[in-house]
Amino acid sequence: MHSDPNVAKRQHWMGVLARAAQQLQPYADALKDAQYSHIRHPEIGMTLVRGRIGGTGEAFNLGEMSVTRCVVRLEDGRIGFSYVSGRDKQHAELAALADAHLQGSQQQHWLRELIEPLAAQQQAGKAAQAAETATTQVEFFTLVRGED
Amino acid sequence: MYVAVKGGERAIDNAHALLAKKRRGATDIPELTVDQVREQMPFAVSRVMSEGSLYDPQLAALAIKQAAGDLMEAIFLLRAYRTTLPRFASSMPIDTSAMQLSRRISATFKDLPGGQLLGPTYDYTHRLLDFALLAEGEQPGPEIDPQAAIEKCPRVLDFLVDEGLMSRDGDSSAAVPDITREPLEFPANRAQRLQALARGDEGFLLALSYSTQRGYGRNHPFAGEIRIGELEVWIEPEELDFAVPLGDIEVTECEMVNQFIGGKGIEAQFTRGYGLAFGYAERKAMGMALVDRALRAEEFGEEVQGPAQQEEFVLAHCDNVEAAGFVSHLKLPHYVDFQSELELIRKLRAQPGSQQEQTP
Repeated sequence: MHSDPNVAKRQHWMGVLARAAQQLQPYADALKDAQYSHIRHPEIGMTLVRGRIGGTGEAFNLGEMSVTRCVVRLEDGRIGFSYVSGRDKQHAELAALADAHLQGSQQQHWLRELIEPLAAQQQAGKAAQAAETATTQVEFFTLVRGED
Repeated sequence: MYVAVKGGERAIDNAHALLAKKRRGATDIPELTVDQVREQMPFAVSRVMSEGSLYDPQLAALAIKQAAGDLMEAIFLLRAYRTTLPRFASSMPIDTSAMQLSRRISATFKDLPGGQLLGPTYDYTHRLLDFALLAEGEQPGPEIDPQAAIEKCPRVLDFLVDEGLMSRDGDSSAAVPDITREPLEFPANRAQRLQALARGDEGFLLALSYSTQRGYGRNHPFAGEIRIGELEVWIEPEELDFAVPLGDIEVTECEMVNQFIGGKGIEAQFTRGYGLAFGYAERKAMGMALVDRALRAEEFGEEVQGPAQQEEFVLAHCDNVEAAGFVSHLKLPHYVDFQSELELIRKLRAQPGSQQEQTP
């Protein structure tokens, strides 16, 4: 996360939007209810995913992942970007529109109506998954070996 | 050498139509959907993504359906598709310490912060066929305490590093080599080797790692830590002056603790091997980590005794798309080549007293 709180906030919502995929569909009409143009039409490509040797060492290339990106401009000049995993052009366009809306005077509205509910859903999903995993935590007991 | 041939279009078209029919199977049985493959064959999807070198569960599932379950064919399909896409960027190195864990085990420490989390695993199953699966049914999973959470799980090998019993793999800001853009030359460095192994065939890596355990280049391994889970991938796009998260991917990581080195002024310390794969791919990550360690033989001044320690042998043969391609090419017309050999062998046999001369 960026040290500038405004940038960090934007990184947070871009992360929520990137993860949202189909969850953005119900907001499509609201997000498109504005004059906008494409600076970059939704485009499918890849990102080369890098790992680190030993988890924390030197970087190496693990493999690619599919990514879709899009850039839109609202009538008032605000520019929204999206880079989202997968190949869903609709998702990329809606995420870029949301990014643009979130930079304007209606930021509080979009945070409340869009980002917070999506973030809550995603958080709940993660918590549920963690709870499932937690059921498999084991306590192994070492048996005395007949050596002595 | 094979030769070009012409004709056969109708037969080829028909053969492909017949393949499509074979893939579909009996039509009184419902057709498999790509979503079903993605959701219900996650291990096959993981393997195809890793070795196909493209993280995209939907496309991997499509490839598996199209290949009628032939995973190597599916890997080939995904690799081929991958070459049609532009690369927007390279990611920032992923942080496997920050994984949302679905499994985390260590064979080196029984009690460790965060504990052992088995997650969904075939370990401890009896490998008996479950005839209940012949019928369709719900799989409700275990009873869950919704408040239960996972404690923080620090990296297991860090305990050894902190005690000075193992070195940390260094972080250099050197350019990251990419074997898909610059052809591999030998000797390779560890980053190149790991990229090749990450795309490498699971069966090949498994067999090589097994060979080290059987004595062809022993390295005395312990599974220090295996973690499986989801993590966020970030990139730094050219047009923005800050990093952006793309979404989550699932990965499997294996850190091996291996036999120690020391002497000549170096205090005795453990060595390490590293494996990382897309999706839930434990066997692949373990095989990769063992082979990574085996390939470090020269670095540690060990005698190279087994195939798993021979860099060129391992890296030149671990890619199953290349291997399958070169073996498959034997099916192409070799009529001219073979005719000349046929003539030669007939000539040899036609010579008087040839049997004595030819028999050693």
